[in-house]
Amino acid sequence: MFQSKYGSTGIVDKPFRPGKQEVALSAFAYLFSELVQYCQSRVSNISELERKLDEVGYGVGLRLLEVLAYRERGQRRETRLLDMLKFVHSTLWRYLFGRQARDLEQSNTAEDEYMISDTDLFVTKFVSVPREMGHLNPAAFVAGIVRGALDGAGFPARVTAHYVPVQGQPRPKTVILMKFQNYQAIMQRDKQQ
Amino acid sequence: MPGIYSLWIVGRNGGLLYSRDFVQLPPIEFNDKLRLASSWFGMCGISAQLSPMPDSSGIQLLQADTFDLHSFHTLTGTTFMLLAEPQTPDAAELLRTTVYELYCDYVLKNPFHEMDQVIKSELFDQNVVALLQATNRRWGVGLPPQ
Repeated sequence: MFQSKYGSTGIVDKPFRPGKQEVALSAFAYLFSELVQYCQSRVSNISELERKLDEVGYGVGLRLLEVLAYRERGQRRETRLLDMLKFVHSTLWRYLFGRQARDLEQSNTAEDEYMISDTDLFVTKFVSVPREMGHLNPAAFVAGIVRGALDGAGFPARVTAHYVPVQGQPRPKTVILMKFQNYQAIMQRDKQQ
Repeated sequence: MPGIYSLWIVGRNGGLLYSRDFVQLPPIEFNDKLRLASSWFGMCGISAQLSPMPDSSGIQLLQADTFDLHSFHTLTGTTFMLLAEPQTPDAAELLRTTVYELYCDYVLKNPFHEMDQVIKSELFDQNVVALLQATNRRWGVGLPPQ
């Protein structure tokens, strides 16, 4: 029905295979730089800029959850919190950055907070945030992706990105902080399964 | 003894975007630096017009008894100037590949940089200093005071 006039096989005839789909880092870096500048021209302060980047990432995250569940997990969806966090930490990260995230840990102070930390994400690799912009971290975009994926899986959370200095390292690491809403309800749901 | 003295970057309209010394040099006042940079920019433009053939790059190397000035013009009109000890090997190559690459990476891909504005990127500064100090160390030139 959707067969192309010109070729023997149309796009819908081809199998939906994972394949290795990589983009040049430079090309991505320029595109991301333009994205930040575009957002910057439409906001009046830093937290709005972070929110804007987060919103762009949110759409990406929702779609990635769908496509990764299909490609890598054979349609299996994660329903438990820990499994979902592992999915973000390994599968999603491997798709985005080509490797697993450095650490995944639960916060010491609040049990509904989890953190994924990593160094040199490619969104922060070439970016020097000027001093007057203070705490801005361009990984707000990645935080948005994580928020989208978690939200799509039924774990709504507030996700933020922070720079945390590391002793003995010239560059700070990036921490993605996830604070889950209705944590008790999530835990109860986990127990019922 | 070979060594790199300093690096200047001049924008498309002749303004000084970045300058950094890698050894202890007699200081030049900032206003004088701006004037020197834009004069050099003008001279490169004139030299390109003097060429009997079209599309000349203009001055690439100025040799004096105490220093070499390597000048590199990108396709988009930014000028890189590298002051080095005479006979420093590979200085032109260093400017045209490695320094230019760092500029492309840490300045042009930085969303907070505006074209032809002063370069404030910390990462660019750190990487340039690390690279050229390493080059100098290889030739046994002492470290400058920070």
